[in-house]
Amino acid sequence: MVEYIVEVHNLGMKYQSMNGEINALENINLSVKRGEFISIVGPSGCGKSTLLSLISGLISPSTGKILINGKEIEGTSREVGYMLQKDHLFEWRTILENVLLGLEIRKTLTPESREYVTELLKTYGLYEFKDKYPGQLSGGMRQRAALIRTLAVKPDILLLDEAFSALDYQTRLAVTEDIYLIIKKENKTAILVTHDIAESIGMADRVVVLSKRPATVKSIYEISLSCSDRTPLSCREAPEFRYYFNQIWKELDVHV
Amino acid sequence: MSNHIEKSQASPEHKEYLKKVRRRKFSILAAQISILVLFFVGWELAAQYKIIDAFITSQPSRIFKTIVNLYKEGQLFKHIGITCFETIVGFVLGTVFGTLIAIVLWWSNFLAKVLEPYLVVFNSLPKIALGPIFIIWIGAGPTSIIAIALTISLVVTILEVLNGFLDVDSEKIKLVKTFGATRLQILIKVVLPSTFPNIINALKINVGLSWVGVIVGEFLVSKAGIGYLIVYGGQVFQLDLVMTSVLILAVAAAVMYKGVAHLQRMLIKSSINRES
Repeated sequence: MVEYIVEVHNLGMKYQSMNGEINALENINLSVKRGEFISIVGPSGCGKSTLLSLISGLISPSTGKILINGKEIEGTSREVGYMLQKDHLFEWRTILENVLLGLEIRKTLTPESREYVTELLKTYGLYEFKDKYPGQLSGGMRQRAALIRTLAVKPDILLLDEAFSALDYQTRLAVTEDIYLIIKKENKTAILVTHDIAESIGMADRVVVLSKRPATVKSIYEISLSCSDRTPLSCREAPEFRYYFNQIWKELDVHV
Repeated sequence: MSNHIEKSQASPEHKEYLKKVRRRKFSILAAQISILVLFFVGWELAAQYKIIDAFITSQPSRIFKTIVNLYKEGQLFKHIGITCFETIVGFVLGTVFGTLIAIVLWWSNFLAKVLEPYLVVFNSLPKIALGPIFIIWIGAGPTSIIAIALTISLVVTILEVLNGFLDVDSEKIKLVKTFGATRLQILIKVVLPSTFPNIINALKINVGLSWVGVIVGEFLVSKAGIGYLIVYGGQVFQLDLVMTSVLILAVAAAVMYKGVAHLQRMLIKSSINRES
């Protein structure tokens, strides 16, 4: 039996406004295996981010339900960690104070959890910067700090909402590589929303393509690439990469 | 960050540049001092040679004598002290209460919407008009004067701070919400710290407003303080006293403004340095 860590059943989401109703998501079904890396791509404005907000429990769906570890979610759940577009490190807090933020808010700041965070900072080369302020760090290091802030609360699932899109292209490639390896090393399940097709293939075990609004799951690609020591960059060399790229590109059906 | 070359090993061009900057700074300061000196010397001479009537313009030497007299009578620091006290209490209370009300309005969007038109009206109302009411309700004393000063800075603070609150990056709030933050935690962990510069800025604006409130209050109450000296001097046609008081007021207000600006730099310095 395959254990699914996240199950999305017949999910629908409608936004209400004075100008009417926006049907963002309709009848979405998706199951994510433990340890799996899922990418979600779709035309811009199709509701990709809405799907993540729903899984995180920040907003509740109009129809359908979401199960995490077999339990239906109510509000934000402790199993989920969320990475936003920007790092949003607080400039009035040191790096250490920033990465402890989640623990503080959840009131789980104990000597043990503090020790765990210290270990994370040491492992990922930020320990010597722990008393610096975010403005003194490079973009890549800031993203790392943001990831450690998310990992500090020990989530099972990471949601990455266009998590690197605020970075310039070169930094983005490097950060993607970096964050991918950390996520794999920490053995987390991840759901990445992106509009970058290459990034989605590079990182994921499966790529979910959403349709235009109201978004439904159009197709799911199992990514199997023949490259050893897979990282998002190295697997761009794999012969299958182009095939997936073209397929997903066609699937997205983008017209200018 | 470390692109700056140490001063000791600076190139001749850089040394020349630094010299130029220093020279310019010095000439600005020199010009500023000259204006002040010329103004007072011109004033004194014009009065001495009867070009202007010292009875209605007073003159620096008379002002100096008045200050000495006030000091000898023990009046000088009494009046300065009272006025400064009222001003400081006024702008501190105005900032504190304004911030507290802004927090309430941030907390309840409904209340904020309901009170919006009242705030607009209250903001446009010249608060000084309320002076006589405060004096009747609270009594002719420092409390009324502080109430006037506070009222003037209150609405400005509410609006400035509330705008700051509403300007807080919604993504930052989303971030703490993903950790399951309560509304109180959002306020304490995100909204207040990121609005701290706005609050300090409101404090700085309030210093000026508070002076206006206090001086007008002292005009109305007419018991003590620099405002009282001005209005009293005007009534008995003692322009020496009026000019002296205005001069003292200018110095006191400037010192206090500088003090608060310094405090602001100290408090915000860290957050500005952090941007580097």
